Amino acid sequence: MSDASQRADGGRRTIEVKALARVEGEGRLYIRMRGGHVEQVQLNIFEPPRLYEAFLRGRDFREVPDITARICGICPVAYQMSCCHALERALGVYHQVDPEIRALRTLFYCGEWIESHVLHMFLLHLPDFLGFESALGMAAEYRPLVARSLRIKKAGNAIVALQGGRSVHPVGACVGGFHKAPDPRGAAELAGELKWCLDDMCDLLLQLARTLKFPELTRDYEFVALVDEQQYAMNLGRIKSNKGLNVDQEEFGDLVEEHQVAHSTALHATLKGRGAYLVGPLARLNLSAEKLHPRAAELVPKVCDAVGANLPWRNNYLSLLARGLEVVHALATACDILKDYRPPARPSIPLAPRAGVGGHGTEAPRGICWHQYRVEADGSIASARIITPTNQNQVTIEEDLRLLAPQVAALSDEQAVLRCEHLIRNYDPCISCSVHFLSIRRDGSRA
Amino acid sequence: MTALGLLPTARTGKLKLACFKFSSCDGCQLQVLNLEDELLALAETLEIAYFLEARRRELPPPYDIGLVEGSISTPEEEERIKHIRRDCRMLVAIGACATSGGIQALRNWADVGEMTRAVYARPEYIATLDTSTPIAAHVFVECELRGCPINPQHLVELISALLVGRRPNIPTHSVCIECKRRGWPCVLVSQGKPCLGPVTQAGCGALCPGFDRACYGCFGPMEQPNMPSLDSWFTDELGHSPRDMRRMLRMFNGYLEPFKQASDHYERREPAG
Repeated sequence: MSDASQRADGGRRTIEVKALARVEGEGRLYIRMRGGHVEQVQLNIFEPPRLYEAFLRGRDFREVPDITARICGICPVAYQMSCCHALERALGVYHQVDPEIRALRTLFYCGEWIESHVLHMFLLHLPDFLGFESALGMAAEYRPLVARSLRIKKAGNAIVALQGGRSVHPVGACVGGFHKAPDPRGAAELAGELKWCLDDMCDLLLQLARTLKFPELTRDYEFVALVDEQQYAMNLGRIKSNKGLNVDQEEFGDLVEEHQVAHSTALHATLKGRGAYLVGPLARLNLSAEKLHPRAAELVPKVCDAVGANLPWRNNYLSLLARGLEVVHALATACDILKDYRPPARPSIPLAPRAGVGGHGTEAPRGICWHQYRVEADGSIASARIITPTNQNQVTIEEDLRLLAPQVAALSDEQAVLRCEHLIRNYDPCISCSVHFLSIRRDGSRA
Repeated sequence: MTALGLLPTARTGKLKLACFKFSSCDGCQLQVLNLEDELLALAETLEIAYFLEARRRELPPPYDIGLVEGSISTPEEEERIKHIRRDCRMLVAIGACATSGGIQALRNWADVGEMTRAVYARPEYIATLDTSTPIAAHVFVECELRGCPINPQHLVELISALLVGRRPNIPTHSVCIECKRRGWPCVLVSQGKPCLGPVTQAGCGALCPGFDRACYGCFGPMEQPNMPSLDSWFTDELGHSPRDMRRMLRMFNGYLEPFKQASDHYERREPAG
């Protein structure tokens, strides 16, 4: 188990997990209580700072997709898609991108949603629900389930590899589109496997909805996500919330305030005048359920029925099922795109360096990943800003823990820690990317 | 490299594998979990004793094989790697961060105080070293697997070789050999793109030329690359400036010789200002 410890002194109890397991990156949990009263909750992120913003200055804009991908090995596609759109805005070509290139970007993102969601659902999160320390431990009893999920995860990776050669730090995407469009033969080979995975994922999702027990922690969250008129948003859309937020992409950056705290190398984000908010699959599903692919939409009433809760879901333990519905959506969408696939007339649009500023966010598996770049006339980067999903969720995670803590106060040390960890994993926190490169002024406000 | 006496015996049982993370993106550890076809068999063959990203259970040291992802960039990491060295019979550095310092080694040429102030409002909360360096700069490492990210099949090859007591077969020649085997047209000769393939170690499968783009060196320098020849191609034939050359060499393996030496050479030739 993780290095967990509790101490009791003078009625004061401390729950500490020194290194959280089954999350991406390095984080620590610290809760201090006196009686049933919670004195302090900290999700302490001690991932070392890698100072991306500082060393991006002076690099060529064409290098940005390959460099920012390295912020996170789990969601490199999200970084590549966010920076490509932001840089296309800065270069004034955002509206010139061909619909065929946009479709390929949707396909690319489907691959990442599938592999990242399935990894988190089955290998990292499901052990919490079934009472195992890991999927490896779970495989002794549930081997077919683990094997089926690995096959679906592999298909997601195969989509990314089709368009980028490999699933971690793929090399296919560039500002303006792709270096080369996928080969139709490779696309046709993949389509058959995806169809099998789609059917199996529908089956697995219903099985999870019907058999798992979901703890209850209902809150009136502000759900924030991209919302697109036409489709379930991945790359494009305005940024909206269930509480009236409705801004365009460029404006979003002005609304987000980031604060540095002593206990974390990741910055904490809140919305100006609104406070903490939640991004990710639950927010997307609640804001755009009616735009899901028909294969996923037909499962929504069945899943809601199984868990006895209609949308919108305000319990983030159900994020496991929201991810499942998004995997079905992504598999079905990928099947449609590949079914009639012909290589586009050109894989990318022509680009010329010019001075400009552009901001754009896309939906990483864990929520909005928003980038802004200022480009010089010669095409070099003058400044960069990135808002990651985990920075945005961090305040909300700590608020959730504060609510959960009194419920676990009576439990044994080990049980209390397990319950807290389960809650944190609802967010699929990606700690590696939360520590990156936000530019803030010395007084702590945004630059 | 030999088998290093790591063969499992009836007495020792399964080899114990541990996986550690330092300054990195998690991508190389993820490559282990991306071995979808081999993962369950791997977990049955080896005892996965410590792997925080995948499992909560931790078995105590000693470990037979320690995989280390990431570079050393904080005072805490400098200390932790020494303990891990003592805990592992064999240490394998995996990926560009662990074998070269990674992209974050770009700080090694800069003023880290200025960089930290540019990123954080309260730089006094941040404990970081002036440099990001590979694992082998701090402790003895038995084996290194290159790549940003590593090729997961290299890991399977390494572990398979250890289990049967043979030398792992990891290529050390250039990307060009892989590129020719795959039948890609040369993007340097036929399209004039500044491809680092001739000086870069193989292992990726010549991905970039397959996508009609120049290799950017994510597996780092090959053994004894011919940097002067690259120079004459890139600067004389293709007209790239010293600044371009420095930028191309200082990417994910920029702090590894001889990429480092060459990039320093180009920096000295850049016009002032």
